[in-house]
Amino acid sequence: MFDYEFLRLTWWLLLGALLIGFAITDGFDLGVASLLRLLGRDDAERRSVLEAVEPVWEGNQVWFILAGGAIFAAWPLLYAASFSGLYFAMFAVLVSLILRPVGFAFRGKLQSRGWRNSWDWLLTLSGILPSYLLGVAFGNLFLGLPFDIDSIGRFYFAGSFWQLLHPFALFCGLVSLSMFAMHGASYAAIKVSSPVRQRAQGAGIIAATVLFICLLLGGYWVDVLPGHMIVDAVNTAAPSNPLNKVVATDIGAWLSNYKAEPRLKAVPLAAVALSVATALFLFANALKAAFITSGLTVSAVISTGGVALFPFFLPSSLNPNAGLTVWDASSSQHTLELMLFATVTLLPVVLLYTAWVYRTMRGQVSVERIRKHFGWY
Amino acid sequence: MFDLDVVELSRLQFAVTALYHFLFVPLTIGLSMLMVIMEATYVMTRKKIWQDMTKFWGTLFGINFAMGVATGITMEFQFGTNWAYYSHYVGDIFGVPLAIEGLMAFFLESTFVGLFFFGWNRLSQLGHLLVTCLVAIGSNLSALWILIANGWMQNPVGAAFNLDTMRMELTSISEVFFNPVAQAKFVHTVAASYVTGAVFVLAISAWYMLKGRNVAFAKRSFAVAASFGLASSLSVVVLGDESGYVATEHQKMKVAAIEAMWNTELAPAGFTLFGFPDVETRETHAEIKIPALLGLIATRSLDETLPGINDLVLEAEGRIGSGVMAYSALQRIRAGEDTPMLRDIFEYHQENLGYGLLLIAQKGELEEITWSDIHETALSTIPNVPLLFWSFRIMVVLGLFFIALFAASFWVSATYNPMRSLGLLRLAFWSLPLPWVAAELGWIVAEVGRQPWAIEGILPTALGVSSVSANHVAGSLLGFVLLYTGLLLVDVFLMRRYIKLGPDGIAQQQKTHPQTAVAGGISHV
Repeated sequence: MFDYEFLRLTWWLLLGALLIGFAITDGFDLGVASLLRLLGRDDAERRSVLEAVEPVWEGNQVWFILAGGAIFAAWPLLYAASFSGLYFAMFAVLVSLILRPVGFAFRGKLQSRGWRNSWDWLLTLSGILPSYLLGVAFGNLFLGLPFDIDSIGRFYFAGSFWQLLHPFALFCGLVSLSMFAMHGASYAAIKVSSPVRQRAQGAGIIAATVLFICLLLGGYWVDVLPGHMIVDAVNTAAPSNPLNKVVATDIGAWLSNYKAEPRLKAVPLAAVALSVATALFLFANALKAAFITSGLTVSAVISTGGVALFPFFLPSSLNPNAGLTVWDASSSQHTLELMLFATVTLLPVVLLYTAWVYRTMRGQVSVERIRKHFGWY
Repeated sequence: MFDLDVVELSRLQFAVTALYHFLFVPLTIGLSMLMVIMEATYVMTRKKIWQDMTKFWGTLFGINFAMGVATGITMEFQFGTNWAYYSHYVGDIFGVPLAIEGLMAFFLESTFVGLFFFGWNRLSQLGHLLVTCLVAIGSNLSALWILIANGWMQNPVGAAFNLDTMRMELTSISEVFFNPVAQAKFVHTVAASYVTGAVFVLAISAWYMLKGRNVAFAKRSFAVAASFGLASSLSVVVLGDESGYVATEHQKMKVAAIEAMWNTELAPAGFTLFGFPDVETRETHAEIKIPALLGLIATRSLDETLPGINDLVLEAEGRIGSGVMAYSALQRIRAGEDTPMLRDIFEYHQENLGYGLLLIAQKGELEEITWSDIHETALSTIPNVPLLFWSFRIMVVLGLFFIALFAASFWVSATYNPMRSLGLLRLAFWSLPLPWVAAELGWIVAEVGRQPWAIEGILPTALGVSSVSANHVAGSLLGFVLLYTGLLLVDVFLMRRYIKLGPDGIAQQQKTHPQTAVAGGISHV
């Protein structure tokens, strides 16, 4: 059997990998949906934009569902605390995600202009809302949720919904929205012919610039936020019980990992540099390169946040000692090991057939062809 | 806002969202199998009509699939938002099948469903058939893992309580996987889904024949649905019987409640065909019984006794007493009084801890526990008897009706022209809503029958909720009801439009408006 510490660390990395998988696949179709009305001015153009993602978005979204399932199985305390603590934020994310499958499937089913316009708006909303709210939720991890744990392990929350809308969290929402918009625009620029392509390049350059500015700002902002640190000796292989530790808070503590290990600074620096590169590649018509750097930017941004929070998942602003960390919010050793085996055998298969599907659907969607096209779907 | 508490509202929300989700899932699973059959026939015979059939039923599948996915997302996240303590208490076990479902099944069906619609011109005939098969395999596997998770709630095997973490933890994945309740549930539910798909195709094909439209298309679809449906409906009843047999071993109270069997009867027990269960007096009025049948179904023997509700309540009283001992020992150990004697007491009573929690959940933390507390808690282990009694009977009658319907349709398809049996076609058409009625009632029997437990004997439903306010849950419940109902109306509206348009209407559109008509060409019909 693998040791508990190794499994916990591996599952922290795997969760990061799933979130990155979600952000670079589903991220682009969220971005494309957010920009739908901007990229496509008439019905044929919008159909082209949608057809660029329709064959693949459904599979992309499973990354999100799987990340949820993996948190449930590997980090049940985190699953319980974060989802119930972010109750209405999760509800809003759910509602917008519910609109996506039906939006994609129903939009083209009737010819009526009003019908299609309504679904276009709903699809746009279902792109913008989760892109923004997921950032708000991530931002709240840095602020901590106001919760405590009782003697039988029930979570109690003292905060209200409005507390989630702290300026820093709203700012993080802007980071994720611009990030997904940049990624979606880079995808649409490769995948759809002109005039959508040019518009996507323009939107992508703007989004990448906004992201770049936000990343710089974010670095300074995090430095003045109170961060959390475990101050007593950590037993990384102890049974999961969040109450067995002492946590201190200190301004700027979220950057302590970067200060302790300066080489880690490469991650945020890469995020900043890659966002600039994406804008430049889009400007220079190097579209494939832009899409690749955009995907790398997304990965670097998520990694930056993860490294900063480590070992915390969900700090508590009410009772810092109750905050959930990699060392005390996991499943049992047995379950972590089992899930690791399941993931390392099944995920490569998923990646293989996903690659095959993308290969089969390769090539550009031509707006001209769509204008004449008659399809079943 | 409502006069309901968090527990009732959370249950209501779960029931509403699950029942909505379950309107779409059986059709997805059933239609995917029928599409495989039709497309396989196309690949073997090269007759284009079979491809048209695959595409047409596939269009309806697509509308339905979107709704299944949309309502399914909620299910994956609702445990965390509304059942936080449940998630914490059993996530170590329950999360595993859910995560594997994502990895093994949902990824498969979702990745290939796009290719099913967009891959017709990009794949070889065999390649496309493979894609359709993978969608069907994905949706079946999805049901497998979800029902393994659900089966564990009904019969929690392969897990043990951990004092250090205060939760249940996995001890054996193979026990969870090969849980007899889960396996019986899987085959019964999947077969019922096939029936749903088959009735859907049968009913709509019958409608076309009644209208004299798409006759060649409808006859073939009718024949496929009739034969597939006959096999499936026979399986549902046989496998449902297996499900009942398995439940007898693991959920005695559920079986007794379904039968409204208040008192233990001498073996072999009789089957109550009809009657009016009275919860107040705990007897069933106007009973019509078939001697020995229940004993035969439930125990497959003539001499095994089936316990009645009253005896099970007595048994529960004993377990609650023991559970309270376990709980108080646990609390003292957690408070730091960790003596070997307390550990022994806890270990001795541990298997009844859930019953102790049941009392705590209903009566709160008590200084002194009286017999009347224990007795009242034991009475609460009786689920809603009349609801179970009637749901079960209607479901079984529908199951038998489907066998007859498919047998007649199969006979007519095989021997002469179904166009000539108008009565049967009308019956088939009007049967359209029935599989949904049966499926929803099946869900009610399984899940209401599990009450008051979230995890049978382990975790009371009332304890599983999140610490959110009733207003929160009322708000989200209202939101889901409005959103789902709105989407359901749109879904039914689109389904009707496409069914009315039919394969002939779509072909017509393609010919006359190749420039303007799009996406199935529904305009100006």
